[in-house]
Order: sequence, then C-alpha cells, then structure tokens
Amino acid sequence: MTERDSHNHVGDCRRIFALLSEYLDAELPAETCEQIAAHLKDCPPCVEFLESLRKTVELCRELEGEQRPGPLGEAARRRLQELYRKALAARRPTAEPSPGTGR
Amino acid sequence: MIASDARQEEIELARRLMAGEPGAFDRFVERFGAKVFQYSLLVCGQREDAEEVAQDTLFKVFEKLDQLREPERIRPWVFRIARNACLMKRRKSVFAPAQELSLDELMPQPAGDGGARRIEIADWSALPEDRALKAELERVVREAIRELPEIYQSVLLLRDIEGLSTAEAAEVLEVSEEVVKTRLHRARLAVRRKLDWYLKSARGGGPA
Repeated sequence: MTERDSHNHVGDCRRIFALLSEYLDAELPAETCEQIAAHLKDCPPCVEFLESLRKTVELCRELEGEQRPGPLGEAARRRLQELYRKALAARRPTAEPSPGTGR
Repeated sequence: MIASDARQEEIELARRLMAGEPGAFDRFVERFGAKVFQYSLLVCGQREDAEEVAQDTLFKVFEKLDQLREPERIRPWVFRIARNACLMKRRKSVFAPAQELSLDELMPQPAGDGGARRIEIADWSALPEDRALKAELERVVREAIRELPEIYQSVLLLRDIEGLSTAEAAEVLEVSEEVVKTRLHRARLAVRRKLDWYLKSARGGGPA
C-alpha cells in the first residue's frame, strides 16, 4: 500500500467509524452497507473494533436486573386501583365501570 | 423469551388493561413496575430512588391511562413518563449539566508504533464464553451507563435496554431520528471504551 493509499484508507476508517452503530442496526442504505463491507474485507483493525462494539451492544441488551423492586405498599396499591377505576370510567363514560383490579 | 414475544405480551396486556379485564391490573403493575424500576436503577443508582421513580411512574400511567388509545404504543408511552420521572428525581438531587461526547475522543488510538493499520484495543475474544468475565463486564456496563451524560444515557437505555425502535425513541425524547442515531452511537462508544479499559487493566495494562 502506498502512502497515498494508506492516507485514503485511514480516511475511510474515520468515515466508517461514525457509521458503525447504524451498520450494526441495519439502518443504512444498501449502497453504504456494501461500501462498509468492502472496506472491512481489507481492514482488520476496523473489523476488530466493530466486533468489540457488537459485543458491547450485546452486553447492554442482555443486561439482567441487578435487583428486584420491593412490593408496592398497600396505600400505593389502593391509590393505583382508584386511578385505574377513574381511567376506565373516563374511557367508557356511559358504561358501568368494571374495575377488574384482581385484589 | 425473545424480544418480539415480550413486546407482543406487553401489547396484549395493555389491551386487556384498557378493556378492564380481570387480572390485567395486577399483571401490569408487576411487569411495568419491575421494568421501570430497572430503568431508573440504571439512571439513579440508588434502590430507594428507583423504587420512588417506579411508583411515581405507575401513578402517572394510571392517571393518564384514559388518554392511551393504541395498546401497541404502551412501551414508549410508559417510558416517556418514566424518563420524565427520572429527570425530576435528578433535579431534586444532583443537577448534571448537558455534556457532549466527541466522536474524535471516542475513536481508537493508533498502536504505539504509530502504524495506521493497527489500533490500541484490548483482547475481547473471551466474550461471551467466559461467564465470570461476562458477569464482571455487566457490572462495568452498569457503571458506564450511569456515568453517561443524560442525553446519551436516555437514548442507550431506550434503544438497547428497553428495545424501542429509533422512531419510538425519537418520539419519547422529542428529537429527530438522526439525533437518536448520533447519540446512540456515541453512547455505545463511551460504554465500549470503558469496557476496553477494563479488559486492558484486567490483563495488566492501564487506560489507553
């Protein structure tokens, strides 16, 4: 690779770097995806970086809840049930409200 | 459960809730209470704050339930309320000024020899097979998310944790889809950088 080729290549790396999330999310036009795929074939550092970004997104998506919330207090639950009854009544002003609150 | 199944279940639950069907209230409170709790725990970091935000969000959801017309919109609708509740909670505690993440700063550095064809990057190959490492990295991810400036944090939470589409996240945050994409990329890059630092330090190196 000549110095000029190398310079152009690095320019491509910078341009592609800005698009990698959209590439992972398949939110780019087909033509841009093809250009990125062609660049990746010849650029191990970009492949390595893309892989680390893909694993980052996977870790985020697979994040488990670290704690469980405590049970809702009785007073809060009663208030929610009351708000729910009102919302159902507002939704069906002519019908008899059917709370269906379960408890 | 795969994401689309979970989404369908939520839509069906919202439809049953809006129709006043028996059991829907308890199921909804349990499911969305837990979801909003996890969301706000990633924002606030404190269990008490997260529980308060989850409760305030549920109050608001039921206050406004008669305004929800399409059950398909339940997830973005709830998270719009949850995000506002988190913002209120933040204002009451530490007010974080808006802060931009620069793309240049998040770009990997060329390797030490100055070669343009190599970059400074940790060894990520053990993921996802190494379960102990994965658990440790999940802790680092949580920490990284909590440290993000709010405008990036909210996008990453909505898109990558809660699974909203770009269009839904744009609507919740009242910004364009292009802004969502730009912020999401920077948020992911910032989390990636933190993980990269951790992986390097876990193997004896320091931050690049």
